Amino acid sequence: MYKILKKEVLSNVVKLMDIDAPHVARKAKAGQFVIVRIDEFGERIPLTIADYDREKGTITIIFQELGKSTMHLGMLNPGDSLASFAGPLGHPTEIENFGTVICMGGGVGIAPIYPITRALKEAGNKVISIIGARTKDLIFWEDRMRAVSDELIVCTDDGSRGRKALVTEPLKEILGDNDRKIARVWAIGPAIMMKFVTLATKPFNVPTIVSLNTIMIDGTGMCGGCRVLLEDGAQFVCVDGPEFDGHKVDWDSLLSRLSYYREEERKAVEHWEHKCRLDGTLVKGRE
Amino acid sequence: MAELKPADRMKIKRHEMPNQDQVIRRGNFEEVALGYAAETARTEAERCLQCKDPKCVQGCPVGVLIPQFIKALREGDMVKAVEWMKVKNNLPAICGRVCPQEVQCEGSCILGKKGEPVAIGRLERYVGDFELSQRTCPLVKALKTGKKIAVVGSGPAGITCAVDLGREGHDVTIFESLHGPGGVLIYGIPEFRLPKGVVHGEISYAADCLGIDIKTDHVIGRSFTLDELLEDFDAVFLGTGAGLPSFMRIPGINLNGVMSANEFLTRVNLMKAYQFPDYDTPVKLGRKVAVVGAGNVAMDSVRCSARLQSLQAKQTGEVPGEAHIVYRRSKDEVPARQEEVHHAAEEGVIFNFLTNPIEILGDEKGNVRALRCVRMELGEPDASGRRKPVEIKGSEFDMEMDTVIMALGTNPNPIVFVDAAGLERTKYGTAVADNDTGRTKKKRVWAGGDVVTGAATVISAMGAGKRAAADIGKFLKGECSWD
Ligand SMILES: Cc1cc2nc3c(=O)[nH]c(=O)nc-3n(C[C@H](O)[C@H](O)[C@H](O)COP(=O)(O)OP(=O)(O)OC[C@H]3O[C@@H](n4cnc5c(N)ncnc54)[C@H](O)[C@@H]3O)c2cc1C
Ligand code: FES
Repeated sequence: MYKILKKEVLSNVVKLMDIDAPHVARKAKAGQFVIVRIDEFGERIPLTIADYDREKGTITIIFQELGKSTMHLGMLNPGDSLASFAGPLGHPTEIENFGTVICMGGGVGIAPIYPITRALKEAGNKVISIIGARTKDLIFWEDRMRAVSDELIVCTDDGSRGRKALVTEPLKEILGDNDRKIARVWAIGPAIMMKFVTLATKPFNVPTIVSLNTIMIDGTGMCGGCRVLLEDGAQFVCVDGPEFDGHKVDWDSLLSRLSYYREEERKAVEHWEHKCRLDGTLVKGRE
Repeated sequence: MAELKPADRMKIKRHEMPNQDQVIRRGNFEEVALGYAAETARTEAERCLQCKDPKCVQGCPVGVLIPQFIKALREGDMVKAVEWMKVKNNLPAICGRVCPQEVQCEGSCILGKKGEPVAIGRLERYVGDFELSQRTCPLVKALKTGKKIAVVGSGPAGITCAVDLGREGHDVTIFESLHGPGGVLIYGIPEFRLPKGVVHGEISYAADCLGIDIKTDHVIGRSFTLDELLEDFDAVFLGTGAGLPSFMRIPGINLNGVMSANEFLTRVNLMKAYQFPDYDTPVKLGRKVAVVGAGNVAMDSVRCSARLQSLQAKQTGEVPGEAHIVYRRSKDEVPARQEEVHHAAEEGVIFNFLTNPIEILGDEKGNVRALRCVRMELGEPDASGRRKPVEIKGSEFDMEMDTVIMALGTNPNPIVFVDAAGLERTKYGTAVADNDTGRTKKKRVWAGGDVVTGAATVISAMGAGKRAAADIGKFLKGECSWD
């Protein structure tokens, strides 16, 4: 069992937790993920490592309450424990001094982009960061991102914070500015956002790294459920990724695979809410 | 019972295994084979001729003392039967259920020449189940040696190696990447063939007796590397299996509704998707399912499919969907255990032999719509001695399907080989290890089971775990050097 040591509410649907997991913390690096299972009945869900503390032996996870498992996770509190916590899985981000780079985080994707941004900055890159979400309540860690970026642009779809724009807008402006030579772009967020980022960078030929969050079961290369179609064949996100060259990803196939279990996900949420009502447990954090 | 003469023994007919009704069982995940009653087991045991030179023992990959345990059983001394069993086999309740006895012990039984062999597997299961419920002879740990051994992977190879070393007094730690121990026994083989309670029972009984520490959620190659384990342990055994699925290289493989058998079985067995939404993990299965292949993995997949379809039908009130096997060779080449093929047929599985998929067709939403196949005929024998299937030109046809499950074999999972310099592998990705000792090309590292042989059997993995344990024991006592 892995104890929850700390919990922070970052927005009404985004939460942070520190988990006691020395076996993961000893090796964790930016870009990797963990597989979490809440209890005996739980599914195995992948969550990106948002931060780690080797000395304390803790891992920070950040999640958006989207389905049954993340809603359930969000109801747990410090002192509660998780049944499984395996990792660090996948390949870490390749960190070098590339020159000037852009780091983009969309929604809950701000969490995993943070340690990458920090590592790139520490490696000597000039870092421009762009973070965005639907509305201001979904933006978090703006101060943290600012602290590790040379320049930070915040966007919201509704203009309630920063620029009223999609993250691809400032991206295109920067790419089109001949005075700036962008060596690489990292983008983490909803699949549809990553797709449009890669479409935007393609004409400029700027290498674009995305971190894919496909459906996973084991997370260790045993099932192939996480496979993604690339230009040169299928690969397993859990062992070959989770980061890929975004220009090679077949986005339509990815989006279609992501939606394949939507009906069951809805059923699971319904069943869970029903159970909570019977137990008298409030589904907290959801209005 | 008075001592019988051989001629009397040979008159006794082999006892059928009582099974759950074939119609009812299609709608549940409970065990199919119910096990012998005490009296049936005793009379079946009376059939054994107690050969001086027992061929059955030679047919067993771990050399279980078959005549001895059967004699004790028929004399009514169950404790003794368990003792004889445990000399060679630590997991009899599992082996009795999943070993391919027809090509091993029972295949060699002298009675089988003219009539039917002694039902050794069923008797083994009877003894194993007795011990699981009665716990008459717990394993005993020898005096502590102070030596530390890491076992990576908790399938049959790893567990057997760990138990044998534990019995010798060594301190054993098992590292397992999944959330529970058992390997294929828990994620692959379904509940109706091997109840998970039996697997947990056998493993925890042995581990508790011997103080074996099982660390789940530990992925070696990631949490710790092999080289790091070698710093903390005197010896390392790799029993990481062959879990990496292979997909056919045909168009349409990435459509929604195409899964590897490993994904399907893991969802169903390890994650208990048949109890969704009480368990969180779902599995989506259409009304027409094709399982490609005909090994044990394919049989398990198709029988799970048939059950899920029946459960779905109960909810919707429709008739259950169809579960198909699609296999490019003929009935005679089917590699699965006979019993499974027989059970599958009883449960309404449809077999399509000499049929080879060439493409998966999708609809506009990217979901599977059909499986395009060609008919095959048998030609000359190939390297495996089986007649090679050849395509019949112009015989393409489409089978309407919504789900396609690929059960085409697996390769060793590469993660454990990260930071393991010096550990040689074959071009198939399997670890190179000596067959008699399990020694790899890397000092103080042994390996056995599917990671060395590629997908094989439970008992061969156990045999490899045993041989490696014996060699590790000798090496740690200084009875032999590495080179
Ligand atoms: C569906 C199915 C049905 C089968 N039916 C039969 C049958 O009826 N009879 C029969 O005899 N055989 C059967 N087999 C084959 C048999 O199960 C295997 O040959 C046997 O389990 C191999 O044992 P093993 O110990 O080598 O590996 P496995 O059982 O595969 O165990 C390996 C373990 O190592 C773990 N692991 C892998 N990598 C790492 C890592 N890096 N770090 C930590 N842990 C790791 C895995 O999670 C797994 O738990 C079947 C196989 C399948 C898939
Ligand atoms: S999640 Fe199973 S192979 Fe990636």
